[in-house]
Amino acid sequence: METFIHAYSWIDIRFLLQGLWVTIYVSVISIILSFILGLICGLVRYMKIKYLSAAVGFVVDIIRNLPLLLIIFFTYFGLPKLGLIANPTIASIVALVVFEGAMLSEIVRSGINSVPTGQMEGARSNGMTYVQAMIHVVLPQAIRNMVPAILSQFVSLIKDTSLATIIVLPELLYHAQIIYSQNTSYLIPMYLIIAVMYFIVCFCLSKYANHLQKKYL
Amino acid sequence: MWQILTGYWSEFITGFGNTILCSLIAMFFSLILGVFFALLEVAPPKIGRAIAHIYIEIFCNIPLLVITMIFYLIIPQFWVKVSGFTAGTIGLALYTSAFIAETVRSGINSVGDGQMEGALSNGMTYVQAMRYVILPQAIRIVIPPLGNQMITLIKNSSVLAFVAGFDLMYQGDIVAFSSFQTIETYVIVGVFYLGLTLPLSYYMRHLEKRLA
Repeated sequence: METFIHAYSWIDIRFLLQGLWVTIYVSVISIILSFILGLICGLVRYMKIKYLSAAVGFVVDIIRNLPLLLIIFFTYFGLPKLGLIANPTIASIVALVVFEGAMLSEIVRSGINSVPTGQMEGARSNGMTYVQAMIHVVLPQAIRNMVPAILSQFVSLIKDTSLATIIVLPELLYHAQIIYSQNTSYLIPMYLIIAVMYFIVCFCLSKYANHLQKKYL
Repeated sequence: MWQILTGYWSEFITGFGNTILCSLIAMFFSLILGVFFALLEVAPPKIGRAIAHIYIEIFCNIPLLVITMIFYLIIPQFWVKVSGFTAGTIGLALYTSAFIAETVRSGINSVGDGQMEGALSNGMTYVQAMRYVILPQAIRIVIPPLGNQMITLIKNSSVLAFVAGFDLMYQGDIVAFSSFQTIETYVIVGVFYLGLTLPLSYYMRHLEKRLA
């Protein structure tokens, strides 16, 4: 019990919260960028442009079927070879965006497919161009359908940022490791509290996703 | 790249074998646990439902890496020493079982209420109705998402690299840092993973179309 009290001193908790903050902002930046990437890829695949759609589909399939850890290594060791800076934050954001972008492109595609074709036809026959119909009629409905799936993807993204400890991204798990490597008796308290922290963040988000799903159905 | 593949062939094959072994064991146990908790969650007793609910929420909302590290670092302090491979496989099985439970539960729920009522009013017990009426229908719905869970499981088995589980990713790291040709090595590792996951994912897409 004593170790728990000492382990949860304000300094340690503050250090962990800094880690949680890194986890959250890396996740938020990644989900925004990967939504843009996923939207572009999903639209390209939906529009069935000759060769391009098939090529994008192939790349998406490859990325979706690779472990995220491998992609993190790729970006961390690969970016410097392209002449870019190998900052752990940038490398992990790039890796997460590539991986989640591929995941989200599937969600986007099925979201667009879930909008009845009559909507597109109706918009077109009212004189809208294809792009106008897409932006003003189809996408707003599609995005509404996608939101729950995107939120649950966001939850798994938050959990996946813990993998970036391997390239020393200073996020929650890494900060906990720093604390218990200085004092090994803090091992259990540290894992307990980061499990609780991850749980609270992910649980609230996934409950909200469930709530939205029920509301929209 | 070819030289790395031939020069470190035994490392890659050991890793590949361990990844397959770990995935198979974790698949087996996560299916058993997942179906068990799914059945517990749809069964009438409130207490079982609560237990299943807590189990699923806990393992769905904590990162796999944290679960694995807890088994790798904390269990040995109280009980037996576990190897990285065992800890990783246990973590993977528990983590995936929560997602499988969710999938199976939604499969069971998607079978209409009338099926259960009809079976019960025909004189079947709850267990019989579940076994002969509900589950056979639920399985058809559940197979494609379960396949996707299996693909995710294979990809997630790379978490063994954190706990010295000698899987493909771990062996890949060893090769990368001893040959200094990181990109080439990780390309090879990626090809090995794709060899496992890509056929499975195309097969699942095919099944999904056929069953739908």
